[in-house]
Amino acid sequence: MKENIIIKVENLTKQFGNFTAVDAISFNVKKGEIFGFLGANGAGKTTAIKMLIGLSKPTHGKGSVAGFDISTQAEEIKKNIGYMSQKFSLYNDLTVVENIRFFGGVYGLSRKRIKERTESILNELDLTSVAKKTVAGLPSGWKQRLAFAISMVHDPEIVFMDEPTGGVDPKVRRQFWETIYRVAEQGKTVFVTTHYMDEAEYCDRVSIMVDGRMDAYDTPINLKTKLNANSMDEVFLKLAR
Amino acid sequence: MLKVFWAFVKKEWYHIIRDKRTLLILFGMPIAQVLLFGFAISTEFKGARIDVLDQARDDTSQQLIAHLQSSGHFELNRLLTSEDEMESGFKEGSTKLVVVIPENFGANLYSGQPVDIQFVADGSDPNNANTLVQYATTMLNEFQKDQSASTENPFQIQVENRMLYNPQLDSAYTFVPGTIALILLIVCAMLTSLTIAREKELGTMEILLVSPLPPLLIILGKVAPYALLAFLDAILILVLGNFVFKVPVLGSVTLLLFCCLLYVVVGLSLGTLISTRSSSQQQAMMASLMGLMMPSLILSGFIFPLSSMPGVLELIGQIIPATYFIEILKGVMLRGVGLRFVYHEILILLIMVLVLLLLTWKNFKVRLQ
Repeated sequence: MKENIIIKVENLTKQFGNFTAVDAISFNVKKGEIFGFLGANGAGKTTAIKMLIGLSKPTHGKGSVAGFDISTQAEEIKKNIGYMSQKFSLYNDLTVVENIRFFGGVYGLSRKRIKERTESILNELDLTSVAKKTVAGLPSGWKQRLAFAISMVHDPEIVFMDEPTGGVDPKVRRQFWETIYRVAEQGKTVFVTTHYMDEAEYCDRVSIMVDGRMDAYDTPINLKTKLNANSMDEVFLKLAR
Repeated sequence: MLKVFWAFVKKEWYHIIRDKRTLLILFGMPIAQVLLFGFAISTEFKGARIDVLDQARDDTSQQLIAHLQSSGHFELNRLLTSEDEMESGFKEGSTKLVVVIPENFGANLYSGQPVDIQFVADGSDPNNANTLVQYATTMLNEFQKDQSASTENPFQIQVENRMLYNPQLDSAYTFVPGTIALILLIVCAMLTSLTIAREKELGTMEILLVSPLPPLLIILGKVAPYALLAFLDAILILVLGNFVFKVPVLGSVTLLLFCCLLYVVVGLSLGTLISTRSSSQQQAMMASLMGLMMPSLILSGFIFPLSSMPGVLELIGQIIPATYFIEILKGVMLRGVGLRFVYHEILILLIMVLVLLLLTWKNFKVRLQ
């Protein structure tokens, strides 16, 4: 059972001066799970995620990601995770293929591997026809899926997504979640933050952060029963009060 | 590592060649600036229109008026009849200088009496007014010498001027070094701070920081292409200056290029420092324009001499890298001096690089915490 846990966090705390952004949170994420990391804006989600991906050091507490310590082995963690931010960070003036190649290069993939990955991403996302077009002209739904594919270009164990569906229309959001499911089926772990509570229903387990603390941490169904709520939206409102 | 670095350089190259604005700054600006400074900004003038109030109306005054026009610098606009008319020409803009010749001009000149000639110029344009008065004075002195040739005075002091290193007092000699200093700063500091700030704005910087790349490599990969382009720009300006305006490179070209390289490094570290402090392209742009371009243009001794500035400004001028770089360029290019005469400036630039890199490193670390 123990080896099934891929992210393990105990009393993780981050203070900026007198302000405690993340207040002693503890949780585990299992391999192959879709873990929803929920909370309102400013609840401390981004600060917490930054500590997990090695961009920020915790003030107190400890944690491990993919078996590496987040305080001391950030470099090892970085090799084993993918990261996608809400801005779909791609280079708009580069073509689809150039973007894939560049990020493949950043992760040190071999030329042969980059070629294979480029072809498979183009086929999977049905982007062959626009492969040589700059990203700027793509519809936002395509950009989002391309950004996701690129965050997985080096085939990481875990992928962290910070509000990946921010500012996209509902139909595209649905499609995107199908992609997430597909990845999870391949055994990848998906760690996703969102503030759309309907999306929380798609997760295997969720945690809800309020003011830096973790107020809930369970499967969506259990949370609804526990708090006597009909939807995750209600769960959230009851917790936030 | 080298492969990753190469991937970066390639990506940066795509950014540059696909952005018309960047291309224009890189290649349009140096060419335009050199040509503009060279052709448009010249202290020489021709055919300035003058009014003359000739109160003497004798042969000698006629000769003086003819003499003034003989060089082609001045052209007679109107002969005035009274002092009341003097201002109208300035107001209309039809005249640049009024010459007032006193009564009994000829008679007094030949009899050794004091003669007062008055030049009235338009002080609202002080540089121009100064130049005009200077030219007119020189021509007047010449005229006096010609006229008194018959009554030779053996005890005259002859002044002979020689302008070393720039015998023609060609303005190209100062603007070519100045332009190199300015363009290198724009390319190295402004463009790099912009390109790094753009990655932050787009969010791609975050993605890069999450990747296993060391931050130093990210920065190096981004600035390397600009270093190369800045270097090409320096050579472009030198060649343009040499072929179009005949500005020589008398000293060692190797030393010159080494100093350019050093200055490029100063510019790049300034650019990176700016980008660590700014989160948007607009901020980076303002910081480099206000914090770098303006002082480098005004306080580096490029246009106004440092020594004639009030103490505080002179002090600011002394912490501007361009000040030292322009000194080096003038020394090596125009006076042909070697390392022995510019090592002091080189040392200061080296210290600046160290301090800037230290500051950048510190800022970068803070950001990552």
